[in-house]
Amino acid sequence: MASEPRVIVVGGGLAGLAASVRVAEAGVAVDLFSMVPVKRSHSVCAQGGINACTEPVRQEGFSEYDHFDETLYGGDFLNHQPPVYEMTHWAPRIIDLLDRMGVPFDRTSEGFLDRRYFGGSVFRRTHFTGASTGQQLLYGLDEQTRRYETQGKVTKHEFWEFLWPVVDPDGVCRGIVAQDMRTMEVKSFRADAVVMATGGCGLIFGKSTMSVICTGGAASRCYQAGAWLGNPEMIQVHPTAIPGEDKCRLMSESARGEGGRVWLPGIQDENGDWKPHPDAGRHPNEIPEDERYYVLEEMYSTYGPTKRHGNLVSRDVATRGIFFAVQQGFGIGGGKMAYLDITHLPADTKEKLAAILEIYEKFTGDDPRHVPMKIFPAVHYSMGGLYAIYETEQEPKPKFLTDLLPDDAGQQKDPSKPAHPGMVQGSHYNMMTNVKGLYALGEVNFSYHGATRLGANALLSCIFDGLFCGLGIANYAREMAKHDAAADVDAAVFDAVVKQETDKSDRFIATVDAADEGVNPYELHRKLGEIMTEELTVVRTQEGMKRALDIVRGYIADYQNIKLGDQGHWTNQNLSFTRALGDMLIYAEAMLLAGIDRKESRGCHYCSDQDGRNDEKYMKTAVCQYDPATGQHAVKWEDVPIPLIEPRIRDYGGKKKETKVTVKPELATAADPGEDRNNPDPV
Amino acid sequence: MIASNKPEKFTVRIKRQDGKDQPSYWQSFEVPYTANQNIITVLQQVAANPVTTDGKRVTPVAWDCGCLEEVCGACTMVINGKVRQSCSCLVDELFTGATNQTISIEPMSKFPVVRDLFVDRQRMFDNLKKIQGWVPIDSTADLGPGPRETQDEQHDRYAISRCMTCGCCLEACPQFTKDNDFVGAQVIAQALYFNEHPTGAQLKGERLDVLMGPGGVTDCGNAQNCVKVCPKDIPLTEAIAKVGRQATVHVVKQFFTGKK
Ligand SMILES: Cc1cc2nc3c(=O)[nH]c(=O)nc-3n(C[C@H](O)[C@H](O)[C@H](O)COP(=O)(O)OP(=O)(O)OC[C@H]3O[C@@H](n4cnc5c(N)ncnc54)[C@H](O)[C@@H]3O)c2cc1C
Ligand code: SF4
Ligand code: SF4
Ligand code: FES
Repeated sequence: MASEPRVIVVGGGLAGLAASVRVAEAGVAVDLFSMVPVKRSHSVCAQGGINACTEPVRQEGFSEYDHFDETLYGGDFLNHQPPVYEMTHWAPRIIDLLDRMGVPFDRTSEGFLDRRYFGGSVFRRTHFTGASTGQQLLYGLDEQTRRYETQGKVTKHEFWEFLWPVVDPDGVCRGIVAQDMRTMEVKSFRADAVVMATGGCGLIFGKSTMSVICTGGAASRCYQAGAWLGNPEMIQVHPTAIPGEDKCRLMSESARGEGGRVWLPGIQDENGDWKPHPDAGRHPNEIPEDERYYVLEEMYSTYGPTKRHGNLVSRDVATRGIFFAVQQGFGIGGGKMAYLDITHLPADTKEKLAAILEIYEKFTGDDPRHVPMKIFPAVHYSMGGLYAIYETEQEPKPKFLTDLLPDDAGQQKDPSKPAHPGMVQGSHYNMMTNVKGLYALGEVNFSYHGATRLGANALLSCIFDGLFCGLGIANYAREMAKHDAAADVDAAVFDAVVKQETDKSDRFIATVDAADEGVNPYELHRKLGEIMTEELTVVRTQEGMKRALDIVRGYIADYQNIKLGDQGHWTNQNLSFTRALGDMLIYAEAMLLAGIDRKESRGCHYCSDQDGRNDEKYMKTAVCQYDPATGQHAVKWEDVPIPLIEPRIRDYGGKKKETKVTVKPELATAADPGEDRNNPDPV
Repeated sequence: MIASNKPEKFTVRIKRQDGKDQPSYWQSFEVPYTANQNIITVLQQVAANPVTTDGKRVTPVAWDCGCLEEVCGACTMVINGKVRQSCSCLVDELFTGATNQTISIEPMSKFPVVRDLFVDRQRMFDNLKKIQGWVPIDSTADLGPGPRETQDEQHDRYAISRCMTCGCCLEACPQFTKDNDFVGAQVIAQALYFNEHPTGAQLKGERLDVLMGPGGVTDCGNAQNCVKVCPKDIPLTEAIAKVGRQATVHVVKQFFTGKK
């Protein structure tokens, strides 16, 4: 029986809101779920900006193709090319749209949109609002969502936690089970399509730059219910954050984009080589210019138009630069800190950075306008996430297109034109997971950023995902509602999942009264964060990752003995956190397994015991699949198709080649570093 | 910055409430002093070991937080009598120059308590609906850039757009109470934000009609408490005055044109 189509969107960050707006605009009703009021979603934290080749950037010699190319280059070529192509070509339109929505972008003296430099590009292509860009973009989309809410096209379910996807016996996603975080009621909701837009998973590392709800719990639940993960080992460590007890607070790349410099106290010997300075106790303002070791400028001196551009190499590269220097004893006072210095910048530039400078000042008590900031790398972004497919006309076709999509998918629509290089607009399959009807958008989607994300590309990918894929999702839901509506699915399918989740909650609550001591969830989380940070961040080794895997498996065993401290039937945060912890442990196990299996160094996955990047073996997505019956993970390797840009050596103008690259024999010529346009003369 | 008189441990008093419409009560906890501690860390320490100063094991305290860097607005509480974000409230700062090294934490009083320090601020989001807090764009289609804007105009709008719906201004406002319908400074400033945008201004009349009605801008007693507590330095009283003037102009126009 045909019924009115409905789409569930889980997550009200940029990706979820963009999707809600687009689906509602297409005339399909949306149920929007979020653990927090959507206006408080983690996207609100984003600071620096959003990339796009708008007209003035084009006239400086940049193009959408360059944006496409540098995104792949930054990602060490592990990104899927058609989605990145589409995203970078939509970027200028997205900026225009946000501008029309009233987002208060910074302006030039003539009233046009201003831009700043950002990492991984020698072009000024990052649009921004002060240093609180994410907040402003989120509010812009929040406002449009509220508009649809008043028209009855979007129904918000805030303070509701997604618990499990409802997948019918044919493997089609039909809705979700969620819990009201205030009344603790567990309930099922039907939908013809379900969108996961639940963001990143930084909390697996204990402390990160992310918000407290970024546990990855929702993604892990989908994984356990049969959705696959792609490249979960790819976790970005940002070079500049303020380490804190409760959180590592980011100091955005925009500080360096506006001219900020990273340095360490040092001294040059007669050969010009830098050594740590023997006097560790000096105040930074007393350290003379010739005793400041500008580590990234020295290491990446030929990247970009000026030497200072060395501060803007891709994040994984900058992070390693700082990390290794600190290991060599350059750290401030011998400790694990470096200086991020903006004191030399003019007052109006500092004004543009006010939002982050205020954060620094509030949390440390020092005024960064006058004293260099103390920073250290911190876990920041998950490139990996739920595995997602898409439809493209390009050859070679990705494996999933032939395996999972109908026979006629990916056929060229207009034979009079060349095959479209991006994704097929309006297709049902764009960013659908391997589970039919279940989509993944935003940070939780693995497709766009490969082995490292470039700064200011995340906001873009989240909004693009929602707007571009929203149309296909609405189309799919409408089609399903006509022939195979969720409304007609047997109630037993939903009731079974409600029971599974209610039983789970009851088991947790029962532990409160249990006689034995049990395991404290907060303590276990702290330990999980420590081992993951130790072994799966800046430098990885087989030995270390295997050690971590053993330990995490031990924690999974300990978790069976978890004990809650709260029986409350009202806003039981203890229950919500403990449940997510179990899901984080499973996600962590998948990350480690994929990391151990990927025997190469690529982007953020830097393994000191591997011999560089190996395209012959690992130009591949790590696809993790979970078997709930046995609790076993399988890691499968799937080729990343190369329809448009051949992989080449990634080199940000370093003095020394950072990584060796083993290319596929047929690509040997393409790997000539001399072809790198950003870096015409690598040393 | 470390307080010179830093204690080894200190007492934190927390006002608790088990659920909606339940009675409230106070509990005290002893917490070790650590460097760079903020109120969130204090609450986490209490959560890790929820034993009161009289040795009673109690349920963990519930509270709301998100970003931990004063940008999401979730963690607003009343700390030592002052409404503010708990994530950016450093213990050192509370202790510097203070003789009484006890910290008291209460939920905001102007919103219904959900549990303990967790309150329900839905009213603020509903008010944004009432004033049609958005720019009425045609669609998400690619229709070219938005209107040009001078740096000064951008500057003025950006100042207001940093409002994180935290509720401090409402907690401090003598006119805003749990049971009246005054909309408060936050939403009046937001109305100005949208009125000042060329496309947003299309709904200016409707917004002003709402703000001239009951619970609108005339209910403001000009006590200026709001602007003093706003963590984002939003020029609230200026915004209220401007909206007041816009409303006057709107009334005069309506009078002469007979149009709504
Ligand atoms: C400090 C910081 C600064 C950054 N700066 C930039 C920048 O300048 N430029 C840039 O491009 N990128 C930046 N990023 C990255 C970017 O902010 C994020 O990648 C992006 O905001 C993610 O958006 P999202 O919509 O995918 O998810 P989020 O904004 O994280 O939203 C997730 C949503 O899912 C909901 N949710 C999660 N789990 C559940 C569940 N179980 N049930 C119900 N709902 C759930 C949450 O409530 C939330 O609404 C920054 C990131 C950080 C941490
Ligand atoms: S000026 Fe006074 S009465 Fe008016 S909103 Fe502010 S605090 Fe309330
Ligand atoms: S105006 Fe200021 S105090 Fe009021 S809600 Fe907004 S940010 Fe908070
Ligand atoms: S947690 Fe977001 S403002 Fe404090």
